[in-house]
Amino acid sequence: MTALTKFLRWDSVVGILLISVFLVGTGSTEGFAETANLSAALNDIAEVALIALPMTLLVVAGQVDLSVASMLGLSSALAGSLWDAGYAFEMVVPICLLVGALGGLLNGWLVTRVGLPSLAVTIGTLALFRGLASVVLGTKAVADFPETYAQWATYTETVPGTFIPYPVALFIVLAVITAVVLHCTGFGRSLFAIGAQEDAAYFAGIRVKRIKLALFVVSGVVASFAGIVYTLRYGSARADNGLGLELVVIASVLLGGIDFDGGKGTLGGAVAGVLLIGLLRNLLTLNDISSEIQVVVTGLLLIASVLTPRIVSVVSERRHRRAATTPGPKASQPVS
Amino acid sequence: MQLHARTRGRVLAAASAVCALTITLAGCSGTTKDSAKSDTKSKGSNAKANPDAELKKDLKLAFLPKQINNPYEKIVDDAGIAATKEFGGTGKEVGPSDSSASSQVSYINTLIQQRQDAILIAANDPNAVCTPLKNAMKQNIKVVAYDSDTAKDCRQLFINQASSEEIGRSQVQHIAKQLGNKGEIAILSATQNATNQNTWIDFMKDELKKPAYKNMKLVKVAYGDDDDQKSFQETQGLLKAYPKLKGIISPTTVGIAAAARYISSSSYKGKVVVNGLGTPNQMKKYVKDGTVEQFSLWDPKKLGYLGAYAAAALASGQITGAEGEKFKAGELGDYTVGKDGEVILGPPTVFNKDNVDDFDF
Repeated sequence: MTALTKFLRWDSVVGILLISVFLVGTGSTEGFAETANLSAALNDIAEVALIALPMTLLVVAGQVDLSVASMLGLSSALAGSLWDAGYAFEMVVPICLLVGALGGLLNGWLVTRVGLPSLAVTIGTLALFRGLASVVLGTKAVADFPETYAQWATYTETVPGTFIPYPVALFIVLAVITAVVLHCTGFGRSLFAIGAQEDAAYFAGIRVKRIKLALFVVSGVVASFAGIVYTLRYGSARADNGLGLELVVIASVLLGGIDFDGGKGTLGGAVAGVLLIGLLRNLLTLNDISSEIQVVVTGLLLIASVLTPRIVSVVSERRHRRAATTPGPKASQPVS
Repeated sequence: MQLHARTRGRVLAAASAVCALTITLAGCSGTTKDSAKSDTKSKGSNAKANPDAELKKDLKLAFLPKQINNPYEKIVDDAGIAATKEFGGTGKEVGPSDSSASSQVSYINTLIQQRQDAILIAANDPNAVCTPLKNAMKQNIKVVAYDSDTAKDCRQLFINQASSEEIGRSQVQHIAKQLGNKGEIAILSATQNATNQNTWIDFMKDELKKPAYKNMKLVKVAYGDDDDQKSFQETQGLLKAYPKLKGIISPTTVGIAAAARYISSSSYKGKVVVNGLGTPNQMKKYVKDGTVEQFSLWDPKKLGYLGAYAAAALASGQITGAEGEKFKAGELGDYTVGKDGEVILGPPTVFNKDNVDDFDF
């Protein structure tokens, strides 16, 4: 029974799906498993993957940050206008990260101090940051970023000896750190506690507000960093960069089995979700499946990811109830 | 709570100190726009053109529009795909469902992976697509931009729908013919700072200086901001302010449709000539009710057709994209590569009641 429920945990399902997509792709599609393609496909999801890390922490803690893509755009626009004004790129980056931190601070302050729901707050800052991006850069595009940094962000240069582009390598490092923080530290456990029952967590002595504030700041910083990566990768700073990317991030995280109600999920699941969406899209594109169909497939997967765990829990609950009505020693029921 | 405030203050102070430090440190030396400018741009065209080479069979061409289901580009791409069949190749259209700057990049990467012979692209952003396109060219995949150009060193050819000069001058030539080279005319443009509009208008003014048009007078350039309502009102205003007005040139699809709509329901119908750049679907009913005798636009089908042949000529080694090279584009005849790898489609197509039903865009 426990083995079955464990097997049916959605994040394992996503992992299995990911492996199947990879195997099917390798077997069926010429060019899919080549390193050049994998480099490109992985690099294509670099920003989504980076932002998905703090997003996972937020969603586990029962929060959401919808402003990430707008922060990415703001960071990109800011980087573009500063670079255009002649600032050194080494200076542009910390300024952008600082703005990311400030943006995150604003989100966190509104959520924790004013007590507004994060969904509402970040819908507001989604519009605000995107608007600011347009104020900063208008409709123009800034190009000609330094070649050395641009090559770092594109997959023309990879980590020596591997096919892994640098932004993805950075993501891997950060993902390991995030996984350790989420699953092996008291801080991580407190996130689950906040997500499951905020009041209970508070009375258990967890500094709920401060933790949430910190999460939003980290989310802002990572989003602004993703903005730099995005700008360099495409070699074009624009105010509309990454428009709508927040939905891809959240879709990936949800697909990875992070419960939107908070308190449940694993980082491995979220990473698998990001990779699954990225690789699947690459595979479908290689097979000339139109982008509309791709959107449909992603949508169906997402619905399945929300629906399946519910169905599994309903089924197992019924089974428990039936087991409970039959005479015999009662086993303690796991609540999960 | 007070403890919180104190620690928070300390954290903030530390954070700002770190930031200040990084900024000062970074300010000392670093990569700036000016120092990066020295990066030389290389144009890798070591291949030699062989003008007598035959078009290869089984060429694989991929059309990458700004956005899939963009009706205008669908016509271009379909015509290109049909043209590809003429020389025994296969063409296809792939593309993103949104026209954001970056969405074409992953498509270029997969096209490289599929080892297409040429990629034809209408770029959403001239720079965002550069790195993957350069990758493609490195792997001997030819790159042709159409409709909307990329940065010059990221493609081998750009198929320009029409030269600005040709568009500008032809607008005056067409309306002059309709008016018998005399009378007052006005221009209804889009926005005051639209680059393409202003270039065309400059060429119109230059054309009007020729002695043949000495009895014609441009009385006003009005701006309808490519807004239907505003263009409608501007038309109304022009006709009120200049009672002797004989013709309106509107080199924008929104403007010409609005002007025609106003005139078709006014007493000026049949007395004031409307000409300009419009799409057949928008203008059909005004051509049929006699408000508009003719208008023009480049033919998107020819654009796609020429693009396909140009890509095939590149992929077959007939041309490399250097200025002065010549190639034959099927039934459209001979073309010459111009400066910066531009190939110009030719004069705009004129639409009137005889042919307007043959087009659907």
